Amino acid sequence: MTSSPQPVISLEAIRFRWPGQSVDLIDIDELSLKPGEHLFVRGASGSGKTTLLNLLAGVHAPTDGVVRLLGTDLADLSASRRDQFRADHLGVIFQQFNLLPYLTALENVTLSCAFSDRKSKRAGEGQDITSTARSLLDALNLAGSLHDAPVNKLSVGQQQRVAVARALIGGPEILIADEPTSALDADNRDRFMDLLFREAEAQHCTLVFVSHDPQLADRFDHQISLRSVNDDMDPAQATGVAL
Amino acid sequence: MNLLRIALKSARFRRTNLLLTVFTIAISVTLLLGVDKIRKESKSSLLNTVSQTDLIVGARSSPTNLLLYSVFRIGNATNNVTWETYESIAAREEVAWTVPISLGDSHRGFRVMGTTSDYFDFYQYGNGRPLVLSSGEEFVGVYDTVLGADVANELGYAIGDEIIISHGLVSVDFADHDDKPFTVVGILNKTGTPVDRTVHVSLAGIEAIHIDWNEGGRSAVTLTAEQALKLDLTPTSITAFLVGLENRAQTFRVQRSINDFSGEPMSAILPGATLAEFWRTISAIEQVLFVISGFVLVVGLLGMLTTILSTLNERRREIAVLRSIGARASHVVSLILLETLMVVIAGCVAGVGLLYGLLLLARPIVVRRSGVDLAITWLDSTQLLIMGGVVLGAALVALIPGIIAYRRSIQDGLALKV
Repeated sequence: MTSSPQPVISLEAIRFRWPGQSVDLIDIDELSLKPGEHLFVRGASGSGKTTLLNLLAGVHAPTDGVVRLLGTDLADLSASRRDQFRADHLGVIFQQFNLLPYLTALENVTLSCAFSDRKSKRAGEGQDITSTARSLLDALNLAGSLHDAPVNKLSVGQQQRVAVARALIGGPEILIADEPTSALDADNRDRFMDLLFREAEAQHCTLVFVSHDPQLADRFDHQISLRSVNDDMDPAQATGVAL
Repeated sequence: MNLLRIALKSARFRRTNLLLTVFTIAISVTLLLGVDKIRKESKSSLLNTVSQTDLIVGARSSPTNLLLYSVFRIGNATNNVTWETYESIAAREEVAWTVPISLGDSHRGFRVMGTTSDYFDFYQYGNGRPLVLSSGEEFVGVYDTVLGADVANELGYAIGDEIIISHGLVSVDFADHDDKPFTVVGILNKTGTPVDRTVHVSLAGIEAIHIDWNEGGRSAVTLTAEQALKLDLTPTSITAFLVGLENRAQTFRVQRSINDFSGEPMSAILPGATLAEFWRTISAIEQVLFVISGFVLVVGLLGMLTTILSTLNERRREIAVLRSIGARASHVVSLILLETLMVVIAGCVAGVGLLYGLLLLARPIVVRRSGVDLAITWLDSTQLLIMGGVVLGAALVALIPGIIAYRRSIQDGLALKV
């Protein structure tokens, strides 16, 4: 991986509070991730993890500070341009219920390309989008017989792997995962993490991984921890430390 | 995969709820179109009560009054027309045919009408449909009678039965023409017009039963039915008469000359125009019905709104997933609108299907019971306009859940409320 001078993600003096709140939910002075670097965000529920992901995904705007993705200041984009930016450059994996229940596994994966010309172009390079989606699902150890199954026929572990394939198709630069392993048992969790890392590396993708599980932190280059507002009323409850 | 396909697949996933909504909309649309259909059919049925008749002539009165007593047998004539005047007008060269009408008596609540056999040849209703006998034949003898379908049906008469005609419109024992019974010789087919409720006899018959009567009561001298036959039974006056012209273009000229007739004061009316005027005065009822079915539609749309709002909660995850892969908030709104439009259009199509199904089923029954032949035609412009209004209304209603979904998806961001 050639290191580029331009960081994939850069946060400068980020503060966020909901309207009417007296304390900042998020307070990060500086954070910068270069291509191929991965970030682990640790925090209990209520610590603002999801809010941080929403800031990174451009769904919410920070109260203060600059969120720069791939050199673009998200504040410079209109709401619909930010949505388009997310469609083109990000992949998102949730804790659970990542998939649309009325589509098959394969359709869920290719759906990512429906909202992004960039992704469909990149996924369609050399072969058609469906074949790309199938090879991704294969790489994530999802048996071919399950590709065309309705997703509610899949186990939770299988569903999460379909979600990874959907997030990765079309080669987004940034992959955001919000506790994707919380519904998995230890065995499944480790295998899931292996696959996630392998595929993220294969696509040169920067991974932002949120979890309350400190056991997973070792795999990451960078870590930050968010302290819960509920645990601690210290106004500087969240700290961003690039280790 | 485009938004429409996503909307279709999503809707299919939640089809039970949506099908119920489609059904609700379908019923409202059927009701609305059905009321419109009934309104039009009853209007055309009323307007076609008498057809091919160019003028109706009676003693001077308001056009509606003349129409009511001569065609609908409602109310009474203010005066009669003398036989001489009738004959002089009937003899005019512009006049192709005339049918005299003599009213005033009744039989067990049904009006008795004296006329000639020309009535069976020239009276037409609907779209130029002639009267047809379902059994028997036209009257020939003085004491013969031809019954309308309802009269025969309700009173259980058959060919050969004898009936007694009452003097005046109320059946009172001492005012019965019981010395001169009439024999049923024919029964007419159902027409859906006042003809069904009429007892037809010859003018001579009317004359015969009144020959030994003075104004309002029997005279001292009574004549038997046989004795009456030997006398001259030419009437001295009639109530009104229908006129068919050689050339329709002359209608207004003939009407004016009858209205200006110097011999006696008379009114000539154009049945079509007067019927249309009459319709306007009674169509308020139909409008009320229409308003009510409009409200039913509003209830249907509100039901749809409720269903869609209730599905918003279960669709919250779906929307968050779509947002996470880059769907704009406007995509979310479009998804809701698309779904609503699909439901409403399906509802309209099902409603129209239901309407035609019901029309096909009801058609033979309605013809038998009221004589009205329901025309099964394509949707006319009003009905298409109604459906366009339904779809537009639904799209407006769908903006409510659309805006809620939009605001919620902005608020929720990528958070999944599990």
